[in-house]
Parts: sequence; C-alpha cells; structure tokens
Amino acid sequence: MIINGVSIDETFAEAFPMKATRAIITAQNEKWAMISAQAMTGFATSVIACGCEAGIERILEPSETPDGRPGVSVLIFAMGGKGLAKQLETRAGQCVLTSPTSALFAGIDEGLQIPLGKNLRYFGDGYQIAKKIDGKRYWRVPVMDGEFLTEATTGRVDAVGGGNFLVLAESQPQALAACEAAIVEMKKLPNVIMPFPGGVVRSGSKVGSKYPALGASTNDAFCPTLKGITKTDLSPEIESVMEIVIDGLTKEDIDKAMRVGIQAVCDLGAANGIQRISAGNYGGKLGPFHFHLQEIMA
Amino acid sequence: MSALTFTVKQATQQRVDVSPLVCHLLKDMTLADITAIELQNGKRKIRVDELFEVSGSDSQNIVFRKSFAKLDFIGKELEAGSMVVHGDAGAYFGIGMKSGKLTMEGDVGLYAACEMKNGLLTINGNAGDFLGAALPGNKQGMKGGTVLVKGNVGQRAGDHMRRGTMLIEGDAGDYCGARMIAGTIAVMGNTGQFLGYAMQRGTLLLWKAPQLSATFNDCGSHTLAFLPILFKSFSKFDSKFAEQSVAFNRVQRYGGDMAEKGRAEVLVKL
Repeated sequence: MIINGVSIDETFAEAFPMKATRAIITAQNEKWAMISAQAMTGFATSVIACGCEAGIERILEPSETPDGRPGVSVLIFAMGGKGLAKQLETRAGQCVLTSPTSALFAGIDEGLQIPLGKNLRYFGDGYQIAKKIDGKRYWRVPVMDGEFLTEATTGRVDAVGGGNFLVLAESQPQALAACEAAIVEMKKLPNVIMPFPGGVVRSGSKVGSKYPALGASTNDAFCPTLKGITKTDLSPEIESVMEIVIDGLTKEDIDKAMRVGIQAVCDLGAANGIQRISAGNYGGKLGPFHFHLQEIMA
Repeated sequence: MSALTFTVKQATQQRVDVSPLVCHLLKDMTLADITAIELQNGKRKIRVDELFEVSGSDSQNIVFRKSFAKLDFIGKELEAGSMVVHGDAGAYFGIGMKSGKLTMEGDVGLYAACEMKNGLLTINGNAGDFLGAALPGNKQGMKGGTVLVKGNVGQRAGDHMRRGTMLIEGDAGDYCGARMIAGTIAVMGNTGQFLGYAMQRGTLLLWKAPQLSATFNDCGSHTLAFLPILFKSFSKFDSKFAEQSVAFNRVQRYGGDMAEKGRAEVLVKL
C-alpha cells in the first residue's frame, strides 16, 4: 500500500492490556490547571521504568468541569490495578494537592472505584470535611491557599497500551516534522494519550536484550547507524526512524488515533522525505492486541 | 394505570397509624386486600375502607387526599415508588424512608423525615419540631437523602443528623442542627437561638446572619470550591434552591461547636 508516495508496511503494531483511569484537574485558570497536570503526568513515559504511562488528554472548558472552572483531563495507564492506584495517589498528592488553587475530580464514573482523594484527605489532619453530593463523595482538605477539593474515588477501566507506528524518513528533521504533524492531529481525539515527550519516541525498543537484566533494548533493526552490521529493516536512503506510541481506553480509540496520525504523516508524503510507515511488531511476544497498518488505512 | 388514591371520608378523633399504606407493602396486593387492611386508630382498629375511599390501582404511585393532621407514619420506611399527600399529616412523616419520593402538599407534624436513610422528601408547607432528627433515645437522626421544606420548620431540625441534605426555604426554629453529627442543612430564612448547639461535624449553610453562641469561632471570609457543586446538585429540585440567583460561593465561616469536637461549620452568605 502506498499513500502519497509513502509505503505502508504489511505489518501490525502489537499492544497489550493495561488498566486506566482519568482524572480532571481544575484551577483558577487554565494556566494553573495545566501546570498541575503537567507535573502529574511528568516522568510517566513508559511502564518499563516509570510505573505508569500518563498524559494530558485535553483542555476542558469551564462548562465541562464539575466546579465550572477551567480544567485539564489526564489519563493514566498502568500494567495492573494496584500499580495504577499507587501511581494515581502518589501523583495526585505530590502534584495536584500541592498546586495552587487546584481541585481534583473523577474523569470516569464507571468501573471499579479506586482512591483519588480518599486517602489524601488525611493531609487535613482531622480538619478535613466530607461532603456527599449527588451520590459522589468529596473531600474538603484545608490547605494554606484555602481548601483543596477532591472527589474520593475515580473509575478504573480496562485499556490498551502500546499502540504504535514508526515513521521512516530520509532525515532526522523530516522524521520529526512528520511526527509533530501526526501528534497535532492525534491530540484532537479523546480517550488516547501519546505518553512520550512531545508524543514522539526516538528510542523504540525490541523485546529482550543481550544483557539479562534488561527486558527491552534498542530496536537495532530500525537503527539507521547499524544498517551495515545488523539484520536491518531499513533501506539505504532511510536516515532516521521515530515512533509514536499510543495508549487508549479501547482498541477502537487507538485505531482512530493511528489512522489520523498516519494520514497526517502521509499528507507530508514522499516529497518531504517520508519513505515508509511501519510498526513495532514483536512476533506475538508483546501482547494480544494487533493493529494492522494496511487495514487501518484501508 | 392510575395512582392508588386514598381519599379521607371523615377525619377521626383519634390518631391513625397509616404506615401499612406504603408502596413496597402494597406492591402485590389486590384492591380487596388493601381495603381490608386494619389500621391502628387510637386504641381500636379501623379498616382502610372505613377511613378512605380507595380508587386507582398503581400501588407504586400512591396519593392521599383530604389528609388531616392525625394521620401518622405516612410513608414509613418507603423503599421505592412515589407518594403524594394532599392536606396535612401528623407525626413521623417519612420516618426511616429508604428510597423513592414522598411529597407533602400541606403541613406535617413532629419528627418528619426522622431517621430517614435515602430518597427525596418534599414538604411544601411547614414542618414541626425534630425534622430529620433521631427518635428519643436513639443516637443518630437522618442518615441520608434529601429533605426539602418550602415553609418553616420547628425546633431542633436535624437533631443528631448523621448524613444527607436538608433544604429549608423558610425559617428554622431554635436548636437548628443541634447535636448534629454530620450532613448539610441549608436555611434561607431566619434561624433561632442555640444554632448548632453541641454540633460535632457537618455544615449549616445560611443566607441570613445567625445569632451564634460564643462556642462558634469566626474563621474569616472564604470562597469555597464545593459550594458551586452543591448548588448545581440543587438544580433538579422544584425549589428556590434550584435558582441560580440564590447560589453563592463566598461565605463567612464559623467553626464550632468548640464545646464539642469543633469540626462543624456555619457558613453564612456574604
């Protein structure tokens, strides 16, 4: 399959099941909601070493938030429920409770309920106040700027992590420009995050390593500088490969995100140095969710 | 199906316990069974069809007509469905109510909503003393749900209240929120003496400045983030509380009762 001169590999991206939740951070204005959200989702690029993958889903209008203030919705993904709950609580406590004027609400009502502010309330040292409003429990924790308002729990749902595609280009700037264009389009969609810095990964990995302590290592088949010395998957003109990783609440959400992302890359086309689109395929070793590139773009 | 309607034929001299006439108890009964129910009337029994003219068939939608102030226990422990009462009611209106909707078009007596657990109880007229309170000797009053009163309420509204929301459009008598354990009472009108007496936790939300005892301490003026959410939750009610113009988030906060735990608050609109 070729779109605008870009060859779409007959391969698939492999993804794996995760647990996810959404939190809504509001603040006096969008600036402070975003500061809190950025802190909460910081160092959350890969479950390999961060404990979770998290990202900003979108900015919320005041009319969309529980307290009528500007807000930001955040998605957090982890390999298991316990890990997710721990990461959510740690990050909420360090990055939202501490952030001026912030409040924290559940972004998913359904599913198993996991603590959001349920345990953060103890920061109130006995002065915290519970309020049950319309069936939801809130905690009012006295803090130095007034009160930190938080919902007690949020819903945890099954999700999919690790959807991806690779952009193969003739130069590093061209690969990055294509990925940036893809991220702009993908960020318009709900229910997905691209957890890596700016949404783009330059260190795509393969499963396993020559070093027994490591579970993943550099994807040498797609490393341009190793073209001559490894079993490469790159043609001579490819000088740079970048990956976009997508976590989504459902497989369909990732399907949609991959479609718009790949389309944005293909819109730049061969004229801008984009040669191929491929995907992280690990021969079934990584996970049960398969995203076939040509089916998605058909 | 039309609502199962009980129309009073003639008011009785003695009080009547009408607690058997609630949706969940009448669910699978025929009209003949219902009319044969015997109600306690003073020290004697009275058949339902002696006291009421019964019509309609939908037992999950009950209406009382020409109700009078000696009908006690209307809507006792209501578990589901809807009940509407035209006229007045006696004591224990909606006592121990668990779910559903209970509406009074007129006035109710003592202990309305007492030990209520859930659901929506609306009183379009006035309520007597001990609204949402605990029965004498019991430690916990209303434990959940919403009570909406469009008129005034008597003394000790919310006495020993444990959880839930009480919305009063009119005035509240003395000892409003006394011995309250938790929950929210909002009063648009005036409040009497001894507001929040021995109150442990919970919120009294007031539109008018109260006469507070020395055991409530001024914590200053604040903009509280939970108030818009609270007022938004009132928007579904047929009440002044649903109007945007009555909502506020700027309050003077008083903490107390310092003679008790001191974790309660009185919030007064600024």
